[in-house]
Amino acid sequence: MTQSVVVQVGQCGNQVGCRFWDLALREHAHVNKKGLYDEALSSFFRNMILWKVPHATVCAGLILTHLNPQAVLVDMEEGVVNEILQGPLREMFDSTQLLTDVSGSGNNWAVGHMTYGSAYREQIVDKLRKAAEHCDCLQCFFLIHSMGGGTGSGLGTRVLSLLEEEFPEVCRIVTSIYPSAEDDVITSPYNSVLAMRELTEHADCVLPVENQSLVDIVDKIKHMSHGGKPGSAIKRDSTIISGQGGLSGTEKPFDAMNNIVANLLLNITSSARFEGSLNMDLNEIAMNLVPFPRLHYLVPSLTPLYTLADVSVPTRRLDQMFSDAFSKDHQLIRADPKHSLYLACALMVRGNVQVSDLRRNIERLKPLLPFVSWNQEGWKTSLCSVPPVGHSHALLALANNTCVKLTFMELRERFIRLYRKKAHLHHYLHVDGMEQSCFSEAISSLSSLIEEYQHLDATKGTLMPDAPRLRIAR
Amino acid sequence: MSIVTVQLGQCGNQVGHELFDIICSDALEGQRKVYSTASCERFFHQTTHGDLVARAVLIDMEPKVINQSISRAAKSGRWRYGESSHFSQKQGSGNNWANGYCVHGPRHRAVVEELVRREVERCDRLAGLMAMMSVAGGTGSGVGTYATQCLRDIYPKSFILNHLTWPYGTGEVIVQNYNSVLTLAHLYQLSDAILVHENDTVHRICSQLLNIKHISFGDVNGVIAHQLGSILQPALTADSHGVYSRNPLGELVSALTCHPEYKLLSVCTIPQMPSSSMAYSTFSWPSLLKHLRQMLISNTKMEEGIDWQVRPPAGSERARSFTGPSFNTSLANLLILRGKEVYSAETDGFEDPALYTSWLSSEEAFNLWKSPVPFNKYEKCATLVSNSQALLRPLDNMVGKAWNMFASRAYIHQYVKFGISEEDFLDSFTSLEQVISSYSQLS
Repeated sequence: MTQSVVVQVGQCGNQVGCRFWDLALREHAHVNKKGLYDEALSSFFRNMILWKVPHATVCAGLILTHLNPQAVLVDMEEGVVNEILQGPLREMFDSTQLLTDVSGSGNNWAVGHMTYGSAYREQIVDKLRKAAEHCDCLQCFFLIHSMGGGTGSGLGTRVLSLLEEEFPEVCRIVTSIYPSAEDDVITSPYNSVLAMRELTEHADCVLPVENQSLVDIVDKIKHMSHGGKPGSAIKRDSTIISGQGGLSGTEKPFDAMNNIVANLLLNITSSARFEGSLNMDLNEIAMNLVPFPRLHYLVPSLTPLYTLADVSVPTRRLDQMFSDAFSKDHQLIRADPKHSLYLACALMVRGNVQVSDLRRNIERLKPLLPFVSWNQEGWKTSLCSVPPVGHSHALLALANNTCVKLTFMELRERFIRLYRKKAHLHHYLHVDGMEQSCFSEAISSLSSLIEEYQHLDATKGTLMPDAPRLRIAR
Repeated sequence: MSIVTVQLGQCGNQVGHELFDIICSDALEGQRKVYSTASCERFFHQTTHGDLVARAVLIDMEPKVINQSISRAAKSGRWRYGESSHFSQKQGSGNNWANGYCVHGPRHRAVVEELVRREVERCDRLAGLMAMMSVAGGTGSGVGTYATQCLRDIYPKSFILNHLTWPYGTGEVIVQNYNSVLTLAHLYQLSDAILVHENDTVHRICSQLLNIKHISFGDVNGVIAHQLGSILQPALTADSHGVYSRNPLGELVSALTCHPEYKLLSVCTIPQMPSSSMAYSTFSWPSLLKHLRQMLISNTKMEEGIDWQVRPPAGSERARSFTGPSFNTSLANLLILRGKEVYSAETDGFEDPALYTSWLSSEEAFNLWKSPVPFNKYEKCATLVSNSQALLRPLDNMVGKAWNMFASRAYIHQYVKFGISEEDFLDSFTSLEQVISSYSQLS
């Protein structure tokens, strides 16, 4: 069994991270009836032996006597981390995993990346090393951060390049929350584009998530549970936005949205933690979904969003779940992959689903989805027998699809609108180590990335002839 | 003589487990003492307490599947795996052939060799080694190829049979075609015979013949195990002089893979039907053999939708094109009949020279094994192991898709990272084009 370490940076990163740990505990408690430390738990939690204060925290029957999440929490202001330390998860973290400062990054990528990045370099590397040492076999770092602010975006990407430097063999999967167009941070386009360059160069894969999509999904679910037809009442703890059954009592404002991202991470790691008839390890994600090193942005989509409460209503057919995975409403960025070009697609199924169901649905959906000519059957599949809490089955689809180009183009637009006027630039250039060239290089990296996707898009729909085969002389 | 099986990767271990299960229950069934003894000797080692311990080594780079196989075997109560006959690591090969072949294989070479050596030493006499693996992933294919290479070095005179499971055409792993090409090209130099099962074909057998509604990998593996078991269980051969053959792998290899350019073997077993229907069905050898022969000629892998229009060409006109109508030319065939009245079965249809390529006489090309003992609950069972053009189209498709992907250099950086270069890819492509060309020319 391999281990993963979660590195949560900045306000958003830590809030999502907190939801992740809560839901992870809930999931393991659900599966692990005896409350004993098992292999599956070991992928994210350390079993602390006796020197820890023997305070037993009970989560749905699972006695978390000494579970210590394999995590490093970084934030340049204390508010969020302090909240975690005062909340129900406080017993689990120890101070060596935390790195905080007081004044924050002022929504300035340069402050996060250059100033704090340099000041805290040693400490960060040290904490990462400690976390890694506790792992028997470290397979993956999950970095969670947002792109629009200063800490998550700037310091987060600095941490990413440190991870590459110090642990080049370990896979780096980054979950990045992209700001919506109406983001209240004016300089979020600068921060995002500067961070993009780092992601393109240093991450193994990136799971982009747009805030607006999360808002839309939450709205959709709330609408279903409040309006809706009779018989369509939703089973209470089954939505992907619910934290029911977890440790935290009341729901905080962004919890619903953050739960979605937490569920994404749980589903991605399910096949590595639990058994199934067709396993998929984390290192297989990059291997199968990243055909060219820079094109590693994988659009996630989660289904189902909820389970109906009325058990006499036949469970939403399995096939519907597969169709939904490709619908616009279930994508975690605002894009419609069906109308762009697929480079590769992974289907990670959880629950009581057999290979024949999988095959049938792939056969059914294939003709509707445009795949690049050299990867017509570009499907990676996995079957994990353990479903998520509240569902009998679930599906996570990860698509390497050219539709991300639209998100990037929008981002570039917003950047250019500010940059043209040199608006707010001085805040950045004042920072030690930051120069104008950082901006021009970042935007050019983004442009060339967009161009690579354009190039592939141009082949869409055209019938590419097969490459002429080698001929054997006889 | 005994066979030592090496189960590699998730598929190899899952299928291997099913195989031993079927063999054990077939061996222990009823009052068939000589057969039972021969079968147990071949596949199991008997402890002083009378436990049957499989002559198998389980290898995987991550532990979940091996743990499952071992515990399921133990639960059966009838047989188990050896306590220390397995090796696993914590982290898999990531579907990367290069990672399996260049990194994990060499790193764990000593351990794997030691485990195999221990099993081999427990055998009175070694009939040969069978490596079971898939070609789509990273461990079965990459580590499996490396392991085969090591075994070939250590046991140069032993027979090595590789059992390969080919993935669904529509994909289980995106880079499966790369992994398959690299595996096949290397194994061709190392293996004595390569026995292939295709997931697509077996899946169709499950759905159309066995009427299984929700097909699981367990079902698929069950069919593969049944077919493989029907080949490997004891049988009377032309050379065995009235007793069960003691050299099954050797006889298989000499019957079928007499030429180094032709090593790919396909399998057909009939009948295949749901166990609920078996009580109500009767079979006759003439009917079974007639169907099986037509399945061979028309290259139909299962007993449904057989094209009866396809006929062997008459006399001297042997003009056939590769893409033309589907007459399947064989190099050699091995027919294995098991069950009641097996001595009355007439197999002349398989000796027709028109079925075979011209440079081998039909006496040499056709081989027959028999066993009067019914296998796996089937009153009569006929298996055909063929060295023919049956796998030509699937192989060509696989190479074609891999080549298209290679032309755009997609995913190549993932292999280069672990030590496989573009040159290595080109070499593998060249080898397989050679194989494809050889099989096309059989007509």
